[in-house]
Amino acid sequence: MQSRLLITTIAAVSLAAGVSMAQAPQAPAARPATRPAAAPAYRAPRTADGKPNLNGIWQAMNTANWDIEAHSAAPSPVRDLGATGAIPGGIGVVEGGSIPYLPEALKKKQENQANRLKLDPEVKCYLPGVPRAVYMPYPFQIIQSTKHIMMLHEYAGAVRTIYMAEQVEAPADSWMGWSNGKWDGESLVVDTKGFNDLSWFDRAGNFHSDALHVIERFTPRSADTLNYEATIEDPKTFSKPWKISMPLYRRVEPNAQIMEFRCVEFVEDLMYGHLRKQPASK
Amino acid sequence: MRHRTLVYACAVSIVIAIAMAATSSVAGQSAPLEKPRAVAKTVTVAKAYAPPKTPDGQPDLQGFWTNSTYVPLERPQGVTKEYYTPEEAEVAIKRAADREAEQTEPGTTADVHYDFSQFGLDRSQSTFAKTLRTSLIYDPPDGKIPQMTQEGQKRVAERAALRKAAGGQYDDVKNMPIGSRCIMMGGAGPPLQNAGYNANYQIVQGAGYVMILTEMIHDARIIPIDGRPAPPSGVRQWTGVSRGRWEGNTLVVETTNFNGKNPFRNGSENMKVTERFTRVADDAIEYKFTVDDPSTWSKAWSAELPLVKTDGPIFEFACHESNHGIANILAGAREDDKKAAAQRKPSSN
Amino acid sequence: MNASVVSGFSRTVIAVSLALSMAGAVAAQSPAYKAPRTPDGQPDLQGFWTNATYTPLERPNGVTKTHYTPEELEAVLKKAAAAETAQTEPGTTADVHYDFSQFGLDRSQSTFVRNLRTSLIVDPPDGKIPPISAEGKRRLAQRAEEQKRLGGRWDSAESNQLDDRCLIMAGPGPPMMDAAYNSNYHIVQTQGFVMILTEMIHDVRVIPLDGRPAPDAKVRQWMGVSRGRWEGDTLVVETTNFNGKNPFRGSTENLKVTERLRRVADDTIEYKFTVEDPAMWTRPWTVESAMRKTVGPIFEHACHEGNFGLYNTLVGARLEEQRAAEDTAKKSSN
Repeated sequence: MQSRLLITTIAAVSLAAGVSMAQAPQAPAARPATRPAAAPAYRAPRTADGKPNLNGIWQAMNTANWDIEAHSAAPSPVRDLGATGAIPGGIGVVEGGSIPYLPEALKKKQENQANRLKLDPEVKCYLPGVPRAVYMPYPFQIIQSTKHIMMLHEYAGAVRTIYMAEQVEAPADSWMGWSNGKWDGESLVVDTKGFNDLSWFDRAGNFHSDALHVIERFTPRSADTLNYEATIEDPKTFSKPWKISMPLYRRVEPNAQIMEFRCVEFVEDLMYGHLRKQPASK
Repeated sequence: MRHRTLVYACAVSIVIAIAMAATSSVAGQSAPLEKPRAVAKTVTVAKAYAPPKTPDGQPDLQGFWTNSTYVPLERPQGVTKEYYTPEEAEVAIKRAADREAEQTEPGTTADVHYDFSQFGLDRSQSTFAKTLRTSLIYDPPDGKIPQMTQEGQKRVAERAALRKAAGGQYDDVKNMPIGSRCIMMGGAGPPLQNAGYNANYQIVQGAGYVMILTEMIHDARIIPIDGRPAPPSGVRQWTGVSRGRWEGNTLVVETTNFNGKNPFRNGSENMKVTERFTRVADDAIEYKFTVDDPSTWSKAWSAELPLVKTDGPIFEFACHESNHGIANILAGAREDDKKAAAQRKPSSN
Repeated sequence: MNASVVSGFSRTVIAVSLALSMAGAVAAQSPAYKAPRTPDGQPDLQGFWTNATYTPLERPNGVTKTHYTPEELEAVLKKAAAAETAQTEPGTTADVHYDFSQFGLDRSQSTFVRNLRTSLIVDPPDGKIPPISAEGKRRLAQRAEEQKRLGGRWDSAESNQLDDRCLIMAGPGPPMMDAAYNSNYHIVQTQGFVMILTEMIHDVRVIPLDGRPAPDAKVRQWMGVSRGRWEGDTLVVETTNFNGKNPFRGSTENLKVTERLRRVADDTIEYKFTVEDPAMWTRPWTVESAMRKTVGPIFEHACHEGNFGLYNTLVGARLEEQRAAEDTAKKSSN
């Protein structure tokens, strides 16, 4: 069918639109591949004892701590925070999109999410567990020695000791688990068990049992970025293992340092304020 | 480039346009562009326009554009043909322009509203796109939105019931129109719609991306053209999530992942919008869109809304930041409530 | 010693035999001892250490000399160990507290640092903290006022002690002090940094060695901000930017601590520190102590996460008040 489209303009003012007029027709830009081809493996500089050097201050830059699954922006759970407490959207870090919860566990997750101001351990400044510590919106410092690699988190001063020489069996359950590490080519592989069931994976109520077993890989991908992957196994909570991945970015500003974030003090009124003596002693 | 930032809730139109006002006519302008072509096919014949290219090889759509037009989305009652003659088109435009000026008659319902023609906000005083079409919709051929499905009608009824249950429009900010709440306005889409005034856009292209900035309310759509998939369905946005690709000289943009809170013509959050941008002249982009929402309409429907070059810059539209309107309206409504309650009470004097 | 994991009990056994096998003063090192090096060339301070000791900070009243004889020291240690076990006598105020010796928490059952000195303070020569300055007196009065305003120990979380609130304990400092039990540290070094982890409450000090300056005075932290450098085989660490909320023997936010760590034997780090705070004391004062090698790993000390004590004591105090009020009401209505 023929169509006649008549278009005119009225304003004959000169425009600063910056349109280039005199160009020979070229082939349209070649469409890039759907995903960039895997870059040749990056070889990180070595420490004095010959291992890939992971020393430095690192930080994730995503919304995983809000919700590791894909989510849209949403209002703050605390009204008076307005936009400062609102939840930004994110395309998620869970490979495959959804966490494979067992049916009963999924109900618990939903209950957690509906009551998260009361139940999220982060609200009370409790230790964040693994892998949540890695993608909290605070930096952490890696101090790498031969026998031990320390991961020192700004949030709550949480500490992970990665045992590299001897392998340590968890003597007791703990919040941050017990981590044994080894090198696999360019990657640091960290195997962690001995968790209690009290930490969450994010602010959205995703949780685990004390059967949690996490295997992480930290792989330098450029001078200032790491590729971080974590496989999560917990047969009491999930029907199969699942995986998250994300880049970690180096804090490159001069004199970057981990600051104190001793939040226990900040939550005392929240946790114990209702037990304050009333009226106050004179 | 000059930088002018105007932080009014209603933007002021370009001074030059007012000066040019009364001489709006076809005569004396560039020759009308005719391209014989089949529906839904891009220009291929000899007189085809070859758009300039950006440094990274994309057809160049950059610049300031407006989709202001007098042509309605749906064909008016009593009109059956697809195209007016040029004379009929002029009559239709004049009638619409007169109606815009009419709004300001004292005593009319629009009396309290600002005088569109005074601020030069009416379409006739600005750049607007002319077309001989009797409606923007060209498919279905009757120029009307197709019949709604049962599911669609049910959703419309449910929405109406919710609105009714929520109470009066001024009971709660959430009952007021989304545009009045400064959340978003129709110009942003997708699909792009005629905003009524300030219907202005800026297109900027960079390697791997096309950005479309809508003046009201400074909405920027960032459209990657690298072929990445849409995000998981857990991501829902007011303007959906757009993915673009070039087919020859046509930018094809597919948008999904709507959150359904600002339904386009009562569509659902499962709506898929496909837009096609083709630069057909230095001062014109052919813009077509197709709406596909099987849970709302029995078939997809398409429309064509031309974009014509206009003057920059785009002014900052800080809608929410100066939204005295909502606070004042709600305060006034609460005053009215108090007065009404006082009148109902037997006098305590 | 190969620090493979052993159960808590056998850890104690090993520690006891270590303690018993030690004789004499701390500085039992070979004069020619040279600390091993880390791969990047720093003197190696790494490992698990403890600073548990019976030596008091200040010279006890009535003691005038600077050093005991070995026999005198043994008598002193025996008395101190007996005091720890004595705590658990039924009927004593400490009765409700746990039996230190039962859990192996008392120093005598773990590795501890022996010292012939009669006090850890070596300067001033009288082994005592110097006199308080005029500003110091004013500050102390101010603090007393503030504590009065906060109320009794069980009135609220904020009026309670820092350790009961799981905010910070004596171990991390700086300066690092004997925490009374679990007084354990883990030192890890890497190029450009020394890290000291204190067991209670998993406090970490990351000490950069690159000469960067201390941050702006607006940065204030519980453990201050530390900057380190090597002087020969001695690690010198200067710490400023304290927030003053955890006074060290009364110190203010103006505290400056200079520590010196030097490995003098495979199992011993000599630890000295100087404390300066003109807003509290008329002059700086200096301490000499040491850290002894101990067995790892450092256990996670999730103090706040398990702090039922704070919650329960507050509940109990409020209940007691309620009952007292009810009793008073009953009496007055009779």
